[in-house]
Parts: sequence; C-alpha cells; structure tokens
Amino acid sequence: MSTATDEAYESYYVPADSKLPIFASLGIFLTVFGMGNILIDMTAGAEHSIGAYIMMVGGLVLGSTLFFWFKTVIEENHAKMYSNQLNRSFVWGMSWFIFSEVMFFAAFFGTLFYVRVFVIDWIGGVGDRGPSNMLWPDYTPEWPLLNTPDPEQFPGAHKPMGWFGLPLANTILLMTSSFTVTMAHHGIKEGNRKKIINWLALTVALGVAFLICQVLEYYEAYAHLGLTLDSGIYGTTFFMLTGFHGAHVTLGTFMLAVMLGRAIKGHFTADDCFGFEAAAWYWHFVDVVWVGLFLFVYILGS
Amino acid sequence: MSAVIEEHHHDDHHHGPAKGLMRWVFTTNHKDIGTLYLWFSFIMFLLGGSFALVIRAELFQPGLQIVEPEFFNQLTTMHGLVMVFGAVMPAFVGLANWLVPMMIGAPDMALPRMNNYSFWILPFAFTMLASTFFMEGGAPNFGWTFYAPLSTDQGPPSTTLFIFAVHLMGISSIMGSINVVVTILNLRAPGMTLMQMPLFVWTWLITAYLLIAVMPVLAGVVTMMLMDIHFGTAFFNAGGGGDPVLFQHVFWFFGHPEVYIMILPAFGVVSAIIPTFARKRLFGYPSMVYATSSIAFLSFIVWAHHMFTVGIPLAGELYFMYATMLIAVPTGVKVFNWVATMWGGSMTFETPMLFAIAFVVLFTIGGLSGLMLAIVPADFQYHDTYFVVAHFHYVLVPGSVFSIMAAVYYWLPKWTGNMYNETLGKTHFWLSFIGINVLFFPQHFVGLAGMPRRIPDYALQFADYNMVSTVGAFLFGFSQLLFMFIVIQTIRGGKKATDRVWEGAHGLEWTIPSPAPYHTFSTPPKDLTEAHG
Amino acid sequence: MDRAKQCRWLVALSLLMTAGFVGADWSNINMRQGVTEISREVFDLHMVMLYVCIVIGIVVFGAMIISMLIHRKSIGAIPATFHDSTMVEIGWTVVPVIILVILAFPATQTLNAMYDASDADIDIEVRGLQWKWQYTYLNDDPAKEVSFISTMLTPADEIYNRAPKRENYLLDVDNELVIPVNKRVRFLITSADVIHSWWVPDFAVKKDAIPGFVHESWAVAEKVGTYRGKCAELCGKDHGFMPVVVRVVEQEEYDTWLAEKQAEAAEVFNTIGKTWTEAELMAEGEAVYNQSCASCHQANGQGLPPAFPALAGQGLSVGPIAEHIDIVLNGKAGTAMQAFGQQLNAAQLAGVITYERNSWGNKGDSVQPSEIHKMLGGQ
Ligand code: HEA
Ligand code: HEA
Ligand code: HEC
Ligand code: CUA
Ligand SMILES: [Cu+2]
Repeated sequence: MSTATDEAYESYYVPADSKLPIFASLGIFLTVFGMGNILIDMTAGAEHSIGAYIMMVGGLVLGSTLFFWFKTVIEENHAKMYSNQLNRSFVWGMSWFIFSEVMFFAAFFGTLFYVRVFVIDWIGGVGDRGPSNMLWPDYTPEWPLLNTPDPEQFPGAHKPMGWFGLPLANTILLMTSSFTVTMAHHGIKEGNRKKIINWLALTVALGVAFLICQVLEYYEAYAHLGLTLDSGIYGTTFFMLTGFHGAHVTLGTFMLAVMLGRAIKGHFTADDCFGFEAAAWYWHFVDVVWVGLFLFVYILGS
Repeated sequence: MSAVIEEHHHDDHHHGPAKGLMRWVFTTNHKDIGTLYLWFSFIMFLLGGSFALVIRAELFQPGLQIVEPEFFNQLTTMHGLVMVFGAVMPAFVGLANWLVPMMIGAPDMALPRMNNYSFWILPFAFTMLASTFFMEGGAPNFGWTFYAPLSTDQGPPSTTLFIFAVHLMGISSIMGSINVVVTILNLRAPGMTLMQMPLFVWTWLITAYLLIAVMPVLAGVVTMMLMDIHFGTAFFNAGGGGDPVLFQHVFWFFGHPEVYIMILPAFGVVSAIIPTFARKRLFGYPSMVYATSSIAFLSFIVWAHHMFTVGIPLAGELYFMYATMLIAVPTGVKVFNWVATMWGGSMTFETPMLFAIAFVVLFTIGGLSGLMLAIVPADFQYHDTYFVVAHFHYVLVPGSVFSIMAAVYYWLPKWTGNMYNETLGKTHFWLSFIGINVLFFPQHFVGLAGMPRRIPDYALQFADYNMVSTVGAFLFGFSQLLFMFIVIQTIRGGKKATDRVWEGAHGLEWTIPSPAPYHTFSTPPKDLTEAHG
Repeated sequence: MDRAKQCRWLVALSLLMTAGFVGADWSNINMRQGVTEISREVFDLHMVMLYVCIVIGIVVFGAMIISMLIHRKSIGAIPATFHDSTMVEIGWTVVPVIILVILAFPATQTLNAMYDASDADIDIEVRGLQWKWQYTYLNDDPAKEVSFISTMLTPADEIYNRAPKRENYLLDVDNELVIPVNKRVRFLITSADVIHSWWVPDFAVKKDAIPGFVHESWAVAEKVGTYRGKCAELCGKDHGFMPVVVRVVEQEEYDTWLAEKQAEAAEVFNTIGKTWTEAELMAEGEAVYNQSCASCHQANGQGLPPAFPALAGQGLSVGPIAEHIDIVLNGKAGTAMQAFGQQLNAAQLAGVITYERNSWGNKGDSVQPSEIHKMLGGQ
C-alpha cells in the first residue's frame, strides 16, 4: 500500500500545526447555519433569505479547505512521509466511517420496517396497540399506503412506484459500476494506466447516468403518480431513503471523478492507491445500500 | 499549505508548541487538544449548571417567581443538552486525548489534524445552539429528548438551528471516536496486546464504538424531524401513516447507548484510580473487560425502557424489562471488582480516591434506582417524575462528573508538573459530596410522592424537599468555583510533582516526566512491564 | 479525635440514621398505595425492589466501609497480592442473575394483569389537549354520549403569588371525571395535539396520550373519594398546569350525575335553536374565552407572539368571518391551534367568536349558535 519505511513504528508522522481544521470548522458551521436560515425563512414564507449567502460563503470556505486538505495529504504522501502504519490508520478510519454511514441508513431502513410491519396495522386498530381505528373509521391498512388516514393533509399517491423500468435500470447501472470500478482497481494493480482511466471514466459515467435516471424517476413520481414528499408515509419513506442514497451516489461519483483526475495525473501505483481504494469502498457501500433499497422499497414496496 | 510540509522535512517530531493564542487554534497535538476539550467542557458545565441553578431557584418555592413556564422549558432543555453534549461527552474526549496515547505508548492520536477539526466544530455548534436563546420564539423548549410532535409541529423557529447543531456535534463525535478507535487499534506500542491495555483505554475503545454506531442514528432522527418540519413528510404524524412513537424508538436507540457513553469512560477512570490508592492490582481485569463489552452490547437492545408508558404491546414491555434488568449483572461485576480491589489493599485517601469511592457508592445508588425503573409496573408510577430525575442525576453527576473530577485531580500533576493543594482538594470533595446528596437525594422522595418532571411549579406537598434540594444545588454549584480555583492554582505553580506522582501508580504515563513533554513516545517504549494498569 | 472515639461517633450516627429511616413518616415521601388492586400490587413491587436494593446497598457499602476502616495504610495495612478468582467472579455473576429472575416473576404477573383491558363496564375516552382533558362517556347511542372538558381551576393570582395558595393548589379542576366505585372502567386514551400522559397515581394508571392513536388502560376503584394526578409528559408551555381529578362515587350517585349531564346536554341543544342577543353572546363568549383561549391568546388578546398570535386588531378576528369561524372550528393542523368544534358546543363557539370580534377594540359582526350548529354538521 505504501512506500515508506518498513520500520513502521519508528516514524509515525505527526503533522505540525495546521490552519486547515479551523477553516474547515468555520466552513461547515457557515454552511449549516446558512442552510438552517434558508429553511426557517422558507417555512415562514419569506421571499429571500440571507441564509443563502451565508451558505454560499460557507460552502466555499469548506470546499476550498477540503481541497487544500486533501492536496496536503497527497503531497505528504508523495513526499514519503507516511509509513505503513499510518496508512493502516487511514484504512481503519475509512472503514469506521463507512460503518457510521451504515448506521445512518439503518435508522431509515429501521423506520421503513417499523412503519410497514407495525404502524400501518396499528392505525387500523389491528394488533396490540389499542383501538386506534376509532379515530380513523375510513382507514384500511395496506402497503403501499395510498389512502392515508388524513387525506386532506396527506393526499396519498395514486399509484406506487413500480420496480420495473427506471429502478431496474438503475440497479443494472449501479451493479455494472461496481464491476467497472473493480476493473479500474485491477488496472492499478497491473500498473496499466490506460486501463485505470478507461474503467474509472466508465464508472463515473455510470454514476452520472444513475443520477439522471433518478431525477427522471422523481419527475415521474411527482408528475404522474402523485407520489410526493407530502403524500403520507409511503412518499415519506420513499423519498427519504432514495433521496439520501442519491446524495451518497452524488458524493461517491464526485470522489471517483477526483480519483479519475488523479489517475490521469498518474498518482496511483500498485502499493500506493489508498485514495482510490477508499473511494471504491465507498462506492461499493453505496451499491449495497441500493440493493437493499431495490429490494425493500421497490420490489417488496409495490 | 506546502509550507507545512517543508517545515516538516527538517524538524520532524521535535517542534514544541507554537507561541500565542494561535497555538490552540492550529494545534495538532493530542495534549493541547485534550486541554482544549477539558476547558470547553468546564465552561459548558458552568453554563449548563447556571441553567440548572435558575431551574432550582424557580423551584425553591411553589408559585412562579423568577421565570415564565415557556422560558423554564427552554432552560430545562438547554440544561440537559448542554450538560450531556457539551460538558460530559467532551470532557471524556478530552481525557481520551490526553491519556490514550500516553497509556499505549503512541506518539499522538492517529489522525491529528482531524482531531483538531473534531474539537473546533464544537464551539461553533454550541455558540449556534446557545444563541437560539436570543432568537424570536426562544430556544428549543421541548426537553433534551425533543419528542415529536411537540418539537416538529410546535417547536420554535430555532428548532432548525438546534437540528443542525446536533448534526455538527454528531460529526464531531464521530470523527473524534474514529480517531480514538484507530489510535487504540493501530498505535499501541509494539508488543502491547489488547488485554494489556489499561482499562481506561478499553472502556474508551468500546465507548468510541458505541458513538460511531449511534451518533448517526441521532443524525437520522433529527433529519426526519427536519423533513417533517419543512417538507411536509409524515414520519411522526399518524394522519399520514406515521407514528409519534417512531420518533421515540429511534431517539432512544441512540439515547440509551448514549447514557453508557457517558459512564463507560468513567468506569475506566475509576478502575485506574482505585488500584493506585489501594496499592493493589485491579481485581478481575479480564472480567472487567468482558463486563464492559456486555454492557455495551446490552445497551443496544434495551432502549424502550424509556417508553414503558407509551403503550407498546405487552410482549415488547416484557422483553425490554428483562433485557434492562440484565444490565445490572455486568455492572454489578464491575462494582464488586472495585470493592474487591479495595479489599486487602493498603489504602490512602487523597482527593482522587475520595472522588472514586464516592463514585462507586453514589453510582451504585443511581444504578439501583435504575433497576427499580426497569420494573415496568412500577415504572408506570415512576416515569416522568422526579424519581427519574434523581436516578439519572445520581449516575450522571456523582457518576460521570465525579469521575471526571477524580481524573483531573489524579492526572493534573502529570499534565502540569505541579501538585494541587490537597487540603483544598479535600474541601472541594466534601462540599461537593454533601451538596450533591442534599441536592438529589430528596428528589427520590418528591418523585415517589408524585411530582412530575419538567414543571415550573408544583403542588404544596412537595415544597419542603424542593427547598432542601435547591439549597443543595447552590452548595454544589458554588463549590465548583473552588474546583476551578484549585485547577488554575495548580497550573500556575505549586509543589513539583515526581514522575510517578502517586506511590501506587502503574502505567506508561507514569514513566514519562511530569509535566509530560509536548511530544511523548515519538519512538515507542520498549519496556512494557509498566503497561498493565 | 482518636480512633475509638471516631468509631463510636460512626456507630451512633448510623444508629440514628437507621432509626430515622425506620421511624420516619413515609406516607408523604413514598409511593401511594392507591385504591385499586393493581395499585397495591405495584406498591408491593416497589417496596420489594426498594428492600432488595437496600440490602444490596448494605452489603456492598458495608464491605467498602469495613475495607476502608481496616485496609488503610495509616494503620499499617500491607497490600495483598490477589487479583483474580474465577470462582468469586462466577459467584457474583450468578447470584444477581438469580435475584433478578426472582424479581421478574411478580413484575410479569402484575404487568399481564394491567394489560388485560377486556370486559369493561364503562368506556371513557380520555383526550389530551393543550392543556386540559376532554372526557367522553362512550355510549352505543350517540345522543346519550356525555362529553366535557376538564381544566385547571387554580387562578393566576395564586400562581403568581398575588393571593395565598389554597389547598389542592394546581390540583383542582372545574369538571372532574366521575366514575362509579367497584366498576371496571376502561380508559381510551388519545390526544388531539402533542403527547400528553394521563396519570392517576392512586390507580397506578399512567398512559401516554399519543395523537392519532388510542391506548387502553383500566381501573377498578375500590374506595369512594377524590383522586388527583397530573399530565406526565412535557406538552408545551402549560404542561405543569394540567391536572387530572377523578371522583369515585357510589353507583347511585354516578347514575344521577350521568343523567344530569345527559339532560344538560339536551338543554344546550335546545338553546342552540333560539336567537341570542349580542349581550348574551358576549357574556357566554367571555367565559369561554377565559377558560379555553386565554392560556394562549392571553386575556387581553395580545397573544404571546410568535408562538401564539394576537387577536386584537389584526388577523382573522378582524377579517372575513368565515375564515375566523373556520380556524376556531377546525383549528390549524401542525400548530397549537386546536379544532374547538370538537370541544365546545355551538353556543359556546358562537359566543367566543362574537367575543373575539368585539373585544379589545375589535369591532365586528356576530354569529348565531344555530349557524355554527349547521356548520358542525347538525340539522
Ligand atoms: C450515565 C448514565 C446512566 C446510567 C449508567 C444508567 C443506568 C441505568 N438506567 Fe438509567 N437513565 C439515564 C442515565 C443513566 N442510566 C438517564 C439520563 C435517564 C433519563 C432520560 C430522560 O428521560 O431524560 C435514565 C432513565 C432510565 C429509565 C427510564 C425511566 C423512565 O423514564 O421512566 C430506566 C428504566 O428502566 C433506566 C434504567 C437504568 C438501568 C437498569 C441502569 C443500569 O445500567 C444500572 C446498573 C447498575 C446497578 C444495578 C448497580 C450496581 C449493581 C450491583 C451492585 C449488582 C447487584 C445488583 C442486583 C442483583 C440488582 N434509566
Ligand atoms: C451530565 C449531565 C447533567 C449534569 C451534570 C446535571 C447537573 C445538574 N442538574 Fe440536571 N439534568 C440533566 C443532566 C445533567 N444535570 C438532564 C439530561 C436533564 C433532563 C432535561 C430534560 O428534562 O429535558 C436534567 C434535568 C434537571 C432537572 C429537572 C428539570 C425539570 O424536569 O424541569 C433539575 C432540577 O432540579 C436539574 C438540576 C441539576 C442541578 C442542580 C445540577 C448541578 O449538578 C449543577 C451544578 C451547578 C453548577 C456547576 C453551576 C456552577 C455555576 C456557578 C456557580 C455560576 C458561575 C457562572 C459562571 C461563571 C457563568 N437537572
Ligand atoms: C394551545 C394554544 C391555543 C389555544 C388554547 C387557542 N389557540 Fe387560537 N391559535 C393558536 C395558534 C398557535 C394560532 C396560530 C395558528 C397559525 O399558525 O396560523 C392560533 C390562531 C388563532 C386564530 C387566527 C389568528 C389569525 O389572525 O391568524 C384565531 C381566530 C384563534 N386562534 C382563536 C382561538 C379561540 C377562539 C380559542 C379558544 C376557543 C383559541 N384560539 C384557543 C393557539 C391556541
Ligand atoms: Cu399535557 Cu403535559
Ligand atoms: Cu436507558
């Protein structure tokens, strides 16, 4: 993985003072503070929000800081300051980060599960949670929930989102991309730059294609199915799960695109390609989540 | 940025601290960052404590005297949030930063720049959170548990900023924990096995794992809130097919492990201090490790004991009751092991030991009342009364907070090179010990007699004990100013500490000079005979 | 102080504490035994737990204290070298498990009994609202259903220390829930806005009121009397001012009471048809306003912005009456503004709307109960 000394324990690299973290903190703070203000103003019905400017500045600060941060890390790596041991730290760090992401999705999958298996029945007075159907005489438990208990506030969708068509296409796209990214990895192992670049470019393209399909799917949902954020719990869980997954695909695609740039610059070698591997793991993770989504949201969901 | 790298080529590890204020802002040194965390936590402790003092002042007598109900709810909420996320958790992260590398013979934390990032997010997050007091509509007012739909349908506008503040804290905690885990797994001195690590390191390893597992879930639940508030989703609204109780399930799936996050490192601290002052090795080291792991595992499967009155089905109530009761077993093992460590020792009672012993006693009292709460039919009477408030303050204040104070007294000589003033330390201990019991013991009684929590005013029969409790609160609160004085005094001077500091102390951190040099273990220690704490 | 003296002090102190413990008057500082079989079982469970905890405490703390007395360096104790014993470890793992298993049995039994809400004699719907309770005596014949709101009586003057606090401070309501003695009463608990929790300590009933769901609980009160509880779940500003009062009466008294209530309802029904004068409406409205609206919109109509809007001189109260009526009858989803059409009768609604349109400098039109009645779906 790395080049530096084999005397791993002898020289664990401890960086000197750094201006990066404080700017990153400021950046992330401004970003969310701005975002918060935008949302507050939006829901209060205001036309403009200064939150937008704050968020823009924040995003800029955060983005550029991260850029320099990764740049620094890459340069340090090239300067052979990293030992095998330090690279193991990166590996561990990335793995635990992905684990935290798994738990993040677990919260949403858990929600879907709880709603589908329990709540839908309970509202109808079925099961062990009291005669709640007293309050909702017109309600019948079903999934996907198209007739919500309170259709005035939450007009249900006309039709659920099927799994055939765009979702299936998306599944194929992502599965393929998992394969292509592995091919790119082989390229690195073989030291075949051309192979890396081609396969990686294909992967990025597949990621972008996935996102385009998802936009189309959302359009379809809003325009033809009446499936919206406020169409009750079916729309709620649908958009939450697919939306957050989409956000992760966006991030993953961006990461792979950066790796593509680095590959073009000739950064990766067979034993020094952790940046690429991290992005690839992330991509596989996003992929696995999609398989779960496809199964639980699309196939079993409609 | 490349300047940083240049600098590195010629003076690899031997740079000292930078000068001036910027040292603290830019630092990547685990000791500096530990110090930052500890001071930040202390400031938050005073802030959260002053909210508590206003709460107690209002509750001194029946009737509304000082604050309006609306503001009272904001105080309660912010008191809980600030204490949990601002005081106790950062204090333990600070201790981890200072101690873990020194205890395992590592040069620093595994990812030093990210370490600094984890810290500096916090002041921003808490400034944002605290500033909501000045927003229109005021600060969050729905309790630190922010149950929907009170928080979603009726939260003040500041709820959105509160949500983002929670996101920031989550990011900070996750990065901090990743750092701890990686440090422990990857940076131990060569030859140090996991079962040779001091218990403080073990407890933090497990705590960090808990944090990485549950902070994302907290982020998930606040995100769902955000969606319900701003985008019309129906997670917590039965009208759309959701369920307010769903909120509680997800929240407590985070929330229960969270309370162990606040106690496991405390177990580690106490397991370091008691052997030192008993001059005897820790009894049952392996079983301590297994017990800690069991507690962590069980903590994931008991969350609904906070929701017994919510109306979950019978099978659920029974399961969660049994599972919760089980936690008493590994926790008991820990308590018994501490007692067995003391047994047959040759004890002296310096301030850290006093705090540690008080910890064992008062935490056990809190744990036993927790066990009572686990009995579902009885919990129907206890739930949301001051009995619960008494329970969790016993485990949190003379539990977590006392252990933090014990740790500060214990390691302060190592950090500063100076001994603190023992007489003042003992005075601080006794004032705190008496204060805390006067403050929280009567709350058991008013709770059993039926006083609900989160109320600004109460029926007349609760008056006497509330008055006592308030007196205790002020005694305990103002004693902490003495603590601050002692710490500052020690930093500025005092009797020089030896390297070992305490006669019975064992562990790698005691093999290095006092004060600990800015960089320690740049080359890992060869001799690990000291390692086993 | 020498050691012997110290010891004597310690013994005296612990004796004193034990004496205080045993001799103390527990009634005011302990859980209530209550007046149902379940509540007594719960009390017993509580006491058993308490004693078990005290015994464990005595054993553990006793060992610590002894150790601190005899294993101290100042009296020359030499540290022992043992630090492990599998047998001992197994022992103090197994013994607690056994204790816990024994404790789990009675708890399970009581819980089972508590969860069996079948075969009720009377069904009462308990609905939590910010910051009052609505009780509906369910009846197969809707015309015989009795429904009323129960609000705290304690006046602001007492709360703000301008008047002496009377007995039952914060624990008095205008309309108590009345149930017959020795009858199995089922409570169907729900909420109209946020989560509340209906708690009567003497029945050992505490159940959260979750909006959109109905949860069951039940009680057989065995003693005539008045039993007081509180809302036990944080539900906003006036969570502390939301008492529960249940009056348990003999069956005959209950029957008369219920008949009276039913007659009262019919009475109101009759008054709806007539035409009310402006003054009558204003008088009715003022009473209703102060009871039901003032906690949010304030007696002077100024509200508590931004959470609770002012009604004086602005907004719907001075705008078109249709929208005004709509918000009062149907509330506004997702805010604290409740659907009062489900709580108040047509006369009260017409009164309060008229009152709001003609108070605090507002000058506007009025509405008749009969009109409101139609909008509520009456014939
Ligand atoms: C550090 C924090 C901490 C810790 C360690 C604990 C520990 C425990 N807690 Fe506590 N708890 C809180 C913090 C904590 N809690 C908080 C903050 C709340 C309220 C949240 C809110 O609503 O705001 C709460 C609420 C709470 C409730 C919900 C009450 C309610 O709202 O109705 C329950 C119910 O089961 C409970 C149970 C327990 C149990 C069984 C333990 C056990 O882990 C205790 C185990 C320890 C012992 C039992 C003592 C030592 C053991 C022995 C000496 C062995 C011998 C013992 C036997 C054989 C019995 N806790
Ligand atoms: C680790 C956590 C922690 C800690 C340390 C504390 C510490 C204290 N808590 Fe805490 N408390 C909680 C966690 C904690 N609490 C939680 C989670 C809740 C539930 C919230 C909810 O219901 O949502 C709660 C609720 C709670 C209540 C119930 C409120 C209600 O239900 O309405 C009360 C009431 O007495 C209380 C009191 C106190 C007191 C007196 C202290 C004392 O220990 C504080 C000591 C005081 C100080 C340390 C102050 C020192 C400051 C000065 C002397 C002034 C100097 C000031 C400056 C220099 C600025 N707390
Ligand atoms: C629990 C708090 C609460 C109570 C009690 C309450 N209201 Fe309201 N009311 C509100 C809130 C909150 C709003 C704002 C709703 C919104 O966001 O539009 C409101 C809005 C209104 C409005 C519309 C104001 C405007 O101009 O937009 C009227 C009229 C009104 N309430 C009348 C009443 C009447 C009449 C009663 C009593 C019978 C009452 N309210 C009781 C909380 C309450
Ligand atoms: Cu209703 Cu608290
Ligand atoms: Cu818990």
